[in-house]
Amino acid sequence: MAIYIDEHTRVLVQGMTGNQGSFHARQMLDYGTNIVAGVSPGKGGQTVVGKPIYNTVAAAMRDHDIDASVLFIPAPFAKDAAFEAIDAGIKLVVCITEHIPVHDAMEIMAFAREKGTTVVGPNTFGLVSSGKCKIGIPPNQFFVPGNIGVVSRSGTLSYEIVANLTAAGMGTSSVVGLGGDRVVGLSFIDVLTEFEKDPETSAIVMIGEIGGSAEEDAAEFIKDNISKPVVAYLAGKSAPPGKRMGHAGAIIEKGKGTFEGKVEALQSAGVKVADLPFQVPQLLKELM
Amino acid sequence: MKLFEYLGKELFKQYGIPVPQGGVAGSPEEAARKAADLAEAVVKSQILSGKRGKAGGIKFVSGVDEAKKAAAQLLGTELRGFKVERVLVEEKLPIEKEYYLAITVDGSAKKPVILASSEGGMDIEEVLEDKIVRQEVNVSIGVQPYLGREIAERLGLTGDYAKQFTKIITRIYTMFKELDAELVEINPLIIARDKLIAADSKVTIDDDALFRHKDLPKVEERTEAEQKAHALGLSYVELDGDIAIMANGAGITMATLDIIQHYGGKPANFLDAGGGASIEAMAAALEILLSTNPKVILINIFGGITRCDDVANAFITVKQQREIPVPVVIRLVGTNEAEGVALLKEHGIVTFRSMEEAARKAVNLAKQ
Repeated sequence: MAIYIDEHTRVLVQGMTGNQGSFHARQMLDYGTNIVAGVSPGKGGQTVVGKPIYNTVAAAMRDHDIDASVLFIPAPFAKDAAFEAIDAGIKLVVCITEHIPVHDAMEIMAFAREKGTTVVGPNTFGLVSSGKCKIGIPPNQFFVPGNIGVVSRSGTLSYEIVANLTAAGMGTSSVVGLGGDRVVGLSFIDVLTEFEKDPETSAIVMIGEIGGSAEEDAAEFIKDNISKPVVAYLAGKSAPPGKRMGHAGAIIEKGKGTFEGKVEALQSAGVKVADLPFQVPQLLKELM
Repeated sequence: MKLFEYLGKELFKQYGIPVPQGGVAGSPEEAARKAADLAEAVVKSQILSGKRGKAGGIKFVSGVDEAKKAAAQLLGTELRGFKVERVLVEEKLPIEKEYYLAITVDGSAKKPVILASSEGGMDIEEVLEDKIVRQEVNVSIGVQPYLGREIAERLGLTGDYAKQFTKIITRIYTMFKELDAELVEINPLIIARDKLIAADSKVTIDDDALFRHKDLPKVEERTEAEQKAHALGLSYVELDGDIAIMANGAGITMATLDIIQHYGGKPANFLDAGGGASIEAMAAALEILLSTNPKVILINIFGGITRCDDVANAFITVKQQREIPVPVVIRLVGTNEAEGVALLKEHGIVTFRSMEEAARKAVNLAKQ
């Protein structure tokens, strides 16, 4: 099982001839991801990490069955690349690129909705079904199979917490990065719904941050829809209002999206909120 | 990027949205000239903050002498933490009614959203929920006139006012989309002399889209150090503590700040070095951190897209180039960790594996 991706997922890498694209294609292959091809306009016919490169997604689709595409494409061209993947009929599009204009992101989401495509990101580390498939950029060694599902708005902080879980002998079923932008494809609610259904997942870790209302929306949903134990960690306790803390979404505006408000909403939904990232494994053990 | 009111209104004019007659002035003399054609005028401080009226930043005048005097009083003063460098001199209008109108991005809906209210003039956060008309926009079709008519009706605007409103809202949306705005707000949108007029403007352009709007004026609200960091792809926010922090990724940088505070330390800044680690960026990052005279620097790297050996190489190179007069605590794990740790060890630099230990060490060093 696992959610969204597994050992059968056939993956296309858009931008595979680039520096990041080729490096992370190699890392993904090392993890066991079934990469079937890459796309780089004008580079068709080349081979990267032993996989064929095509000029267009359509051409790659003629030769291969593809379930998911991952984008290592610079921000100004990412909308075009995402449209190309969605239009070609790929059902899961993972957009690693950061700094995509928010209007481009809204257009991508509208087109994806029309075509029934799931978009992960933008500005995400990707997603991992541990031991089966990794689509994105997390460091391989920390993602060992287990029964904890992790969903997060933030990349490196997820690695941090997954590494803590691994060190505590707790593996992960799937780890999903929502992305740090204001407009992203998946919400906490989407991923929580999948984890609730997934028999390999026994407990869930939510990693949130200040800004927006994603955590509050999730808390409301958890009350009636999630039976599995949930532990949360939220970043940005010490952040001053009005300052954008790196992520476009991580800003306290007009007193909304505060740390305290989110903690209160989650706690009232029965979620245990960790003060520090390394307390997450202990809180999980208490609940399981 | 936030735009000053006068810049927003210049854009309104370009998009055919009615604004009061007037112009911007950088000196009392210029303000007098702008007031020459106006019987009654209002002189408004141009700062990137709301609630200017309450802070005394808006003055009503009649005649050029009063306009000059008001401008002289306002220019150069500090208002809500901003220095007033320009004033907007506009005709004073006989306001019959005030509305609120805005288009912004709704992250939950993943769509633009129109917010409108017949209770204009005050902060929209203070308006009761049932007095706000909320309308999501399908980006595939945009804001067509029918949507304007619907919202006008819900606001109680009829006849010619409904027609004027529909024109304004479709044009505002065009502007919102064409300029890659995150927010276009008119508060208040007034009725005066049978016309709907944008009496104020608040426009924010998406920083990530500025590459395709090179013709827009540059408005800078960041400090010099923040600008320098931004130019190098680093995300930097100044705080007022004594432990300088650099990490890679917004989430982990925020968490590092939180942990430092948890152990009783005070973060001097938020510096997200992002993915990758070039020598140039590392040098610039350290330069920025040292410019705030911290007691200690904490570098917290969890390598994903960033490779630990690149970080180590960059740090070693910078350390050979310039003196670093304060202790540096480095935490290094993730992609190419072994190589990075070994490189630093060769140069006598000890690293931590645990974020907790590194944070504690930094707090202890700052207290010495």
